[in-house]
Amino acid sequence: MNLDITLIWGGLLAFVVLAYIIFDGYDLGVGILIPLMRSDQERAQMLSSVRLWDANETWLVLGGGGLFAVFPLAYSIIFPALYLPLIGMLLSLVIRGVVSEFRWQNKQSAMIWDSLFFVGSFLAACFQGMILGALVQGIQVVDHAYAGGPLDWLTPFSVMTGIALALGYSLLGATWLVLKTDGELQNKAFSLIKVLGSLMVLMVGVVSLWTPFLKQDYLSRWFAWPQAIYVLPVPLLLAAAIFILFRAVNRRNTWVPFVATISIFLLSYIGLLISIFPYVVPDTITLWEAAAPLSSQKFLLPGTLILVPIILIYTTYAHWVFLKEEKA
Amino acid sequence: MMEFFDAVMLARMQFAFTVGFHIIFPAFSIGLASYLALLNGLHLYSQKNVYLDLFNYWIKIFAVAFVMGVVSGLVMSYEFGTNWSVFSFKAGPIIGPLMGYEVMTAFFLEAGFLGVMLFGRERVGPKIHFFATLMVAIGTFISAFWILSVNSWMQTPAGYSINAAGQFVPEDWIKIIFNPSFVYRLVHMVFAAYISTALVIASVGALHLLRLNKSAVGSAAGTFTQGSRQAVCLMFSMALWILAILVPMQMEAGDQHGLNTFKYQPKKIAAIEGHYEDAKPAGLMIFGIPDDKNRKMDYALEIPYLGSIILTHSLDGEILGMDTWPRDETPPMALPFFAFRIMVGLGVMMFILGMWSLWLRHKKTLYEKTWFLKYALVMGPAGFIAVLSGWVVTEVGRQPYTVYNLLHTTQSHSLLNAATVGTTLVAFITVYFVLFGIGVYYILRLMNQGPAGSELASTPVTQSKNAVYGSYLQNVGKGDSHES
Repeated sequence: MNLDITLIWGGLLAFVVLAYIIFDGYDLGVGILIPLMRSDQERAQMLSSVRLWDANETWLVLGGGGLFAVFPLAYSIIFPALYLPLIGMLLSLVIRGVVSEFRWQNKQSAMIWDSLFFVGSFLAACFQGMILGALVQGIQVVDHAYAGGPLDWLTPFSVMTGIALALGYSLLGATWLVLKTDGELQNKAFSLIKVLGSLMVLMVGVVSLWTPFLKQDYLSRWFAWPQAIYVLPVPLLLAAAIFILFRAVNRRNTWVPFVATISIFLLSYIGLLISIFPYVVPDTITLWEAAAPLSSQKFLLPGTLILVPIILIYTTYAHWVFLKEEKA
Repeated sequence: MMEFFDAVMLARMQFAFTVGFHIIFPAFSIGLASYLALLNGLHLYSQKNVYLDLFNYWIKIFAVAFVMGVVSGLVMSYEFGTNWSVFSFKAGPIIGPLMGYEVMTAFFLEAGFLGVMLFGRERVGPKIHFFATLMVAIGTFISAFWILSVNSWMQTPAGYSINAAGQFVPEDWIKIIFNPSFVYRLVHMVFAAYISTALVIASVGALHLLRLNKSAVGSAAGTFTQGSRQAVCLMFSMALWILAILVPMQMEAGDQHGLNTFKYQPKKIAAIEGHYEDAKPAGLMIFGIPDDKNRKMDYALEIPYLGSIILTHSLDGEILGMDTWPRDETPPMALPFFAFRIMVGLGVMMFILGMWSLWLRHKKTLYEKTWFLKYALVMGPAGFIAVLSGWVVTEVGRQPYTVYNLLHTTQSHSLLNAATVGTTLVAFITVYFVLFGIGVYYILRLMNQGPAGSELASTPVTQSKNAVYGSYLQNVGKGDSHES
């Protein structure tokens, strides 16, 4: 009992979801910003800055597949509960994926494909945010199965988290554009960061204040003494990251805004995990209750521990190849 | 009528629709990725431009097909949970890790190197570019390995025990992965992917040869350069070699797969063979119309003894009929029965194509015979139709179980209401038909253009309508005007 495999798996899956949020977040964000750019040239440049979107999206497949493999009970409760937003997200991603390819096939219709690319990116982001919100606010479970209705997920809270995530992604997208482009487009991206960053601060504030009041349990994590002292660094670091973001924009630094925004995401995510741990279906099913038999967990673990770093290496390589090109 | 469209039926339709759509694209990308790796390797080795011309031509088509495979595959990985949550809970401990390995060893490999393969040639140089192409090809192959392992396990489960919660618990991963039908299925599917792709390539080659031959005889306004004729002939010849060699091998593989199914899934064989009653000796049903209600085959056309010979390799071997088992434990007959005949019939037509090509090669008229070229042209989609038919045979033949003989389909689904599943089904059908319809249209348009010859790079047809993918993006990156 000195090595808790299930806990390691919880950590690994949390990492995979975070990797998805950051990787696909920047390219969904770029898609959301498309309508703000008027010229065809700028839009084409934006789209070619997210040409690795399918590698980024693979983290989502791994997240879903990992949950299926290691926490099948959670998978079989969460997925039917979030049926409509999940299918909505999938269809949005289907639309976004294919039209990103169609644009290069038929430039005459570029306007249509760009609009659909925006719609797909925006809806995918909103649905993901709503999925997150619905999970945090709780799912009705009876006898280890989802027992609610098809629209239970749709609440003011989940709509708000949907908008918050779409905003967050577009901020990440804007910082990515600063990193990947130059000239006029880069200038626009810099000014977008200021606007989106301010809105993001507002949303982080609203979500952070709303979440603890959803459930008594969340409240005590954050405000009960003495635990509060352990979680205090999270909001403090968050404030620091926001400060660094704005300062970097003023100094027109190209790398720091992207890294600072990733830190904002990371800290918000840690905050979320602090609220729900050790539950995987908040309040009802813990990691250990949801876990697959040990033989499943053991079979997949060594492969994951070896393969995920390798994947990160060649994914970084692919990003680097194109980073060099665009800066040359 | 209303109870026919209950949530389970709708969920099955949704799954069948999305998988059926999906399966075409991986079948094409497995074959095309290998072909691209081969062309890239041959160019690297021989430095002949014609290989690069073909590579540049097919990679545009690959890019569109691959993207549709990726996004429709993404849907599949989530539909297990949304529509089949009980199945997911029970079979997840076995299937989940296999799919997890698929994502990590195959999906990421393909997606990670795809960008370098599509856009990176100028930036990384020919050797790393070849490496990236090879990784994508290997990725598609590894993907097939895991997915067929999953599918085969659902057909012929092995290496498990069942715990108190009713979950399948993995006991022996070697037995799970290499379950009794896995190798047969993998070989059959990979051959099918190669053959389907070769048929498409041969068909596109035939189309352009027909045009080239016509323009050489008729008007002088041929739109193709010498270089592109060389490329067309080369791809046509390569594809027909693949067909001449692989189709006979596929027939043997299919026969072996059939024997394996006879051993492990006799109910499926009974449906395929069209036998309601036990037969000893058994004939081979050529045609008939199954009547599940009255348990008899109408308009049956049967060759005596042949069924026994094929399946038991003896004159009077026994083949069990559907009535051997209770009715609620057997699949419906009509779909597997007809789908199997379509698959085999198309297989015979592919065999004729391959053999005919060998004969014409011998006569040195492979690129001239108009009838042969027309035959090759119409056979273009045959591989995909055969793949879909084969998939119907194997999946409908598995019914009424999700895990063969162990987990009933009606006990595998999520507790959902019909309206929810129905709504999303309509959404899937709409989005898929519109978007993938456009995708297929773009693919056909690219195919219609034919490969450019590098000897005379200003080939009018290929350049004006469709600027080369990579160079377009480069122009964009450098801030040039992007209307060529």
